[in-house]
Amino acid sequence: MVERSEGTGKEAGRGGSVRLEDVAVRFRTKKKDVTALRDVSLDVAEGEFVAIVGPSGCGKSTLLKLVAGLLKPSSGSVRLREEPVTGPRNDIGYVFQRAALLEWRSARRNILLQAEMRRMPADRSRRRTADLIAMTGLAGFEDAYPHELSGGMQQRVALCRALLHEPPVLLMDEPFGALDALTREQLNIELNRIWRETRTTVLLVTHSIAEAAYLANRIVVMTDRPGTIAEVIDVDLPDERDYATTMARPEFARATGRIRDLLGAASAAD
Amino acid sequence: MVSQSTTSSVPVAGVAERDRPGAGEQVLDAVARSWRPVVLLLACLVLWWVITAAELVEAYLVPSPAKTLQVMSDKAGYIWHHTWITTYETLLGFVIAAIVGVLAAVLMVYSSSIERTLYPVLLFAQVIPKVAIAPLLVVWLGFGLAPKVVVAVLIAFFPVVISMVTGLKAVDPEMIQLSATMGAGPLQTFSKIRFPASLPHLFSGLKVAVTLAVTGAVVGEFVGANEGLGYVIQQANGNLDTPMLFAGLLVMSLIGVVLFVLVEFAEKLLLPWHASRRGAAVTTTY
Ligand SMILES: Nc1ncnc2c1ncn2[C@@H]1O[C@H](COP(=O)(O)OP(=O)(O)OP(=O)(O)O)[C@@H](O)[C@H]1O
Ligand SMILES: [Mg+2]
Repeated sequence: MVERSEGTGKEAGRGGSVRLEDVAVRFRTKKKDVTALRDVSLDVAEGEFVAIVGPSGCGKSTLLKLVAGLLKPSSGSVRLREEPVTGPRNDIGYVFQRAALLEWRSARRNILLQAEMRRMPADRSRRRTADLIAMTGLAGFEDAYPHELSGGMQQRVALCRALLHEPPVLLMDEPFGALDALTREQLNIELNRIWRETRTTVLLVTHSIAEAAYLANRIVVMTDRPGTIAEVIDVDLPDERDYATTMARPEFARATGRIRDLLGAASAAD
Repeated sequence: MVSQSTTSSVPVAGVAERDRPGAGEQVLDAVARSWRPVVLLLACLVLWWVITAAELVEAYLVPSPAKTLQVMSDKAGYIWHHTWITTYETLLGFVIAAIVGVLAAVLMVYSSSIERTLYPVLLFAQVIPKVAIAPLLVVWLGFGLAPKVVVAVLIAFFPVVISMVTGLKAVDPEMIQLSATMGAGPLQTFSKIRFPASLPHLFSGLKVAVTLAVTGAVVGEFVGANEGLGYVIQQANGNLDTPMLFAGLLVMSLIGVVLFVLVEFAEKLLLPWHASRRGAAVTTTY
């Protein structure tokens, strides 16, 4: 897993891969206006892994959609890979919060949708699909339809689909929410490996504090509505992380403890 | 796409290959599913028979089932000829309505100005009683095939448009966003996501449309024709030939039922994934 769909300019080094400046998002509906995000500024370097945690409804999904160009900020600016985001971007892999699978396609053909839309060479995408299916433990269910898969399996199919084209930026919205603890752990380990090997920039929304601390270089903790960034926590762990030993390290404990304090303070403030 | 049967045939723990049901089982299954309506139909026949056998109604008003069947077999060639004409008009009308309806729906969903222009016109065309404009169509288009097909199209078109518009609009917006993150163009998004997602809605519209198309064709025939079941019924009516009238009615309903079943069969073939068509994997339900 080295080649990428487009030249990402590794030599650009720490150039900003994702940059949000004073972003605000307001949703106007007939009944009321909701400010989903306010004063959000964030810089994510190329190859960095950033986790986003925060209470439900604080605007995490909104933030990812901004970066993907699926939503327009009410104010402020969004840049992705040195270019202003002015519409939907395709130099990303996106895992939606709901698996968003096509009911009429089997698991394998759902993954291959990515290849078809991008007109990737058939044999390469086929091989890669088989690898991803094996890696995520979906072997034997390639030909099952989404309604024949469990919620966690559906999420894994969506994950494979987002990884298929080896995107330079990966945006993931609670990709492991419906998984059992053990599968989740295994996929966390896989994700860490993929990230190290490909130096993909990753933005991961999660509700699991341990997952955030195990995977990320930095953790963005958000406050309740209107969503603002409460604090960005640095995780002083090496990129290569063994699961069990990482959990036991003081840096890990410090990061998770701080997140708990911040989230607790956020919910106690209501 | 050719499926990689080599990888999928590797046995996986907990996944067992299922035996294909045999022909005998399938027949039993079909019987088990369809005996109720058959019993109901038979009950209606018996009721009809009792009414005529007991002479509750004059025989020239309601002929007996035996008499009706007698006419059907005596005049089989005559009935068959006119049945074929009506079926042909119905099918032609239905197919045109389906194609034009789907195209109109796509245009309306992709352009709101077209939608605003077309919707009132469509509604107007729908609320005009077809019986009332059929004579006009005959004046314009003559006694041939055309006016019958046009009436069938006019009557079958509306449910197709409405269901297809609903289907195209009901696509999960996140699916469209997904397609955008893949760099798909509007044509790809339509062919791989929007259109397949709207098929279940379209098929419910098509099922309504096909039954209405029969009515349309017959209405066209009533007004001016020398062929078709509508003509047969009018002739029989003029001659007070109630057995032939009943025979015509029966065959006409049969056309509708057969066409409906055919559309439903096509739906089953094309949309095996849809929730309304599942259930084969169920082990126990209450
Ligand atoms: N399309 C929309 N229209 C109106 N309001 C919206 C829309 N999308 C999101 N919101 C509002 O914006 C706020 C943030 O939503 P968002 O989905 O980003 O939350 P989240 O942090 O992802 O929550 P969760 O953890 O539950 O997924 C919510 O209050 C929600 O009601
Ligand atoms: Mg969310």
